[in-house]
Amino acid sequence: MSDSKVKGRVQEPNVRVNNFNEVELGFNDEEAHLEASRCLNCPKPRCMEGCPVKIQIPKFIKAIKDNDLKLAYEIITESSSLPAVCGRVCPQEKQCEKMCVKGLKGDAISIGSLERYVADVAMKNDYASTAKKESNGKKVAIVGAGPAGLTCAGDLAKNGFSVTIYEVLHKAGGVLTYGIPEFRLPKSIVQKEVESLKKLGVEILTDVPVGNAITIPELQDKYDAVFIGSGAGLPKFMGIDGEDANGVFSANEILTRINLMGAYKSLSKTPIKKAKRAYIIGGGNVAMDAVRCLKRLGIETHLMYRRSEEELPARKMEVEHAKEEGIIFDLLTNPVRILTDDNNNVIGMEVVNMILGEAGEDGRRSVSEDESSKHVVDCDMVVMALGTSPNHEALKNSNIVLTERGLISVENSKTSLDNVYAGGDAVTGAATVILAMEAGKKAANEIINALL
Amino acid sequence: MYKVLYNNKISSNSFEMAIEAPLVIEKAIPGQFVIVMSHEDSERIPLTIYDYDKEKGILYLIYQVVGGSTLELSYVKNELFSVAGPLGNPNEICANINEFKNKRIVYVAGGVGVAPVYPQVKYLKEHGIEVDVIYGARNIDLLLIRDKIEKVAKNMYYVTDDGSFGEKGFVTTVLEKRINDYDICVAIGPVIMMKSVCELTKKYNLQTIVSMNPLMVDGSGMCGACRCEVDGKPKFACIHGPEFDGHKVNFDLALKRMNIYHKEEMDKLFEMEKRLHKEEY
Repeated sequence: MSDSKVKGRVQEPNVRVNNFNEVELGFNDEEAHLEASRCLNCPKPRCMEGCPVKIQIPKFIKAIKDNDLKLAYEIITESSSLPAVCGRVCPQEKQCEKMCVKGLKGDAISIGSLERYVADVAMKNDYASTAKKESNGKKVAIVGAGPAGLTCAGDLAKNGFSVTIYEVLHKAGGVLTYGIPEFRLPKSIVQKEVESLKKLGVEILTDVPVGNAITIPELQDKYDAVFIGSGAGLPKFMGIDGEDANGVFSANEILTRINLMGAYKSLSKTPIKKAKRAYIIGGGNVAMDAVRCLKRLGIETHLMYRRSEEELPARKMEVEHAKEEGIIFDLLTNPVRILTDDNNNVIGMEVVNMILGEAGEDGRRSVSEDESSKHVVDCDMVVMALGTSPNHEALKNSNIVLTERGLISVENSKTSLDNVYAGGDAVTGAATVILAMEAGKKAANEIINALL
Repeated sequence: MYKVLYNNKISSNSFEMAIEAPLVIEKAIPGQFVIVMSHEDSERIPLTIYDYDKEKGILYLIYQVVGGSTLELSYVKNELFSVAGPLGNPNEICANINEFKNKRIVYVAGGVGVAPVYPQVKYLKEHGIEVDVIYGARNIDLLLIRDKIEKVAKNMYYVTDDGSFGEKGFVTTVLEKRINDYDICVAIGPVIMMKSVCELTKKYNLQTIVSMNPLMVDGSGMCGACRCEVDGKPKFACIHGPEFDGHKVNFDLALKRMNIYHKEEMDKLFEMEKRLHKEEY
């Protein structure tokens, strides 16, 4: 038995920078079987400890080995509502695969790729389980159709609840739809996952701004429980000179135009700026997504991050992919101000080199400016990918208790309001899809325990 | 999908649309806006609510054809793909009627800006506050819904650039003559008009509320496309506005930011004209 993992096929970098098709092509049957055969089926599976939603990993991998993909799918969906999504966007290298015993001496099992393989086969063959318990007569409202809300909805529907999701945008999916690009997570996959929730009886009302069209107290009256998964909120800006210039955008705006509105398509009705050289400021997954999207539009793209490569918060694989695609990494550098012409258009940016210091209490290394290094770079677009600050639109007219950081305060998923639960980025601040799903799952359990 | 009852041309470049959207208007208060999409692949267009019938669940919008997406909207018949709302905050006066009962209020509308002004004037009249309205446009053809606004305004003053109706001049010409009669001014129209009104009212220290209509994408506080500078700080028009203290808005910046997609918009208008022309014939 080989000790190195089966390498999944990918679109070649020089080809994929010219399209928005999925970068990773996924395992075929043979590759999946071969990779599954590497699993030791540990009696005390450490991988499961690394999984936020506790998928029975060795069990589903064994089902792949046994060629019973239907069973493999059932095992995964016992724990995860969105396997085709998680298989693609979970940071497995920090979770299940990090814990894999095989990884101690060689390559960990490619658990994420196997999960994706099973989910894709299931979608193709329509395995989607519509099995649900008889209606229990309880109604739950969910605010936001992102990963937290969709997961919570799925778990509740499977347990006989009548679930209605309120979503402000015209399409369900939240960050899976407007944020994560097509080449990492095809939108057809997201919509299929949403469709399978609808098959479970989940109702999704789009175009509804909770807080304005209907308030949380009104939802409390109408439903037995409410779950708020309203997401991360407002994009942050640096507060430097020139930031309101034409050509400075938030990464959210760039991603929304491209992913939700399809601005990358030649006949798109929603425009995207045709820049020549863009600097994306930040080092997280959102920054990677934005920089790789813009690269595909034929723009010379730079990623500017104030710390070094080691501290980049983005997934390793995304960083690797970005590098292969020719994105230029300007590390240990930070913007000072943005330069504009008389019409307020971006013409350049003054930047400064940064010096790394000791790690602080939060474990992150401090940075300071090297004053003598200030210099100007030419560019006509700057994209801020600096995280978010809370957005309280959905909470209007409710006196829900917030934390000092302005996030929704919860204890075991419960907010300060009766029968109102919350989870995901609205509670934690911007985090990952899988953590939002975990929160949705936990809240669903709390709701089930409280109401049944 | 939302049922469209009509989508009629009301001037050379403006349309009035009636849409069945009960949940959108159930809670709406004048000053708020909606985002509409003609079709699934269309752009999201923010439009301030013009009128509504809460009993029948009907939302009325007035819009001007200025680019490809509004041109596409003017071709919509029977069904609209999406209408999200109400978004943004209500007008401060409408939301706090009792605080304004004894104030002398003037509304200044420019061109299609009469559409967001009308529901506020109507709402205030229904709640016992009668206000004056100064309504200006380039020429008589661009003065919209005159019969409706006249029914709800206390005194109505028209002004056109070319003198084809009402006084000849600008809204500021008319406002300056009567400026001492008022405690509060609400000005809604083209950015350049709101800027001129605010320059005037600042001189006379007349509190002025304006409604900003910058570029938007989601309209729910997620993307930051609509940022305006108010009191030296960046504000998102979609959730912090759309109405702001006019004396604190940086209008010059707002004017420049309107041009972000100018080239792309013109290309699209050309493309859309070709496409819609083909569909029609």
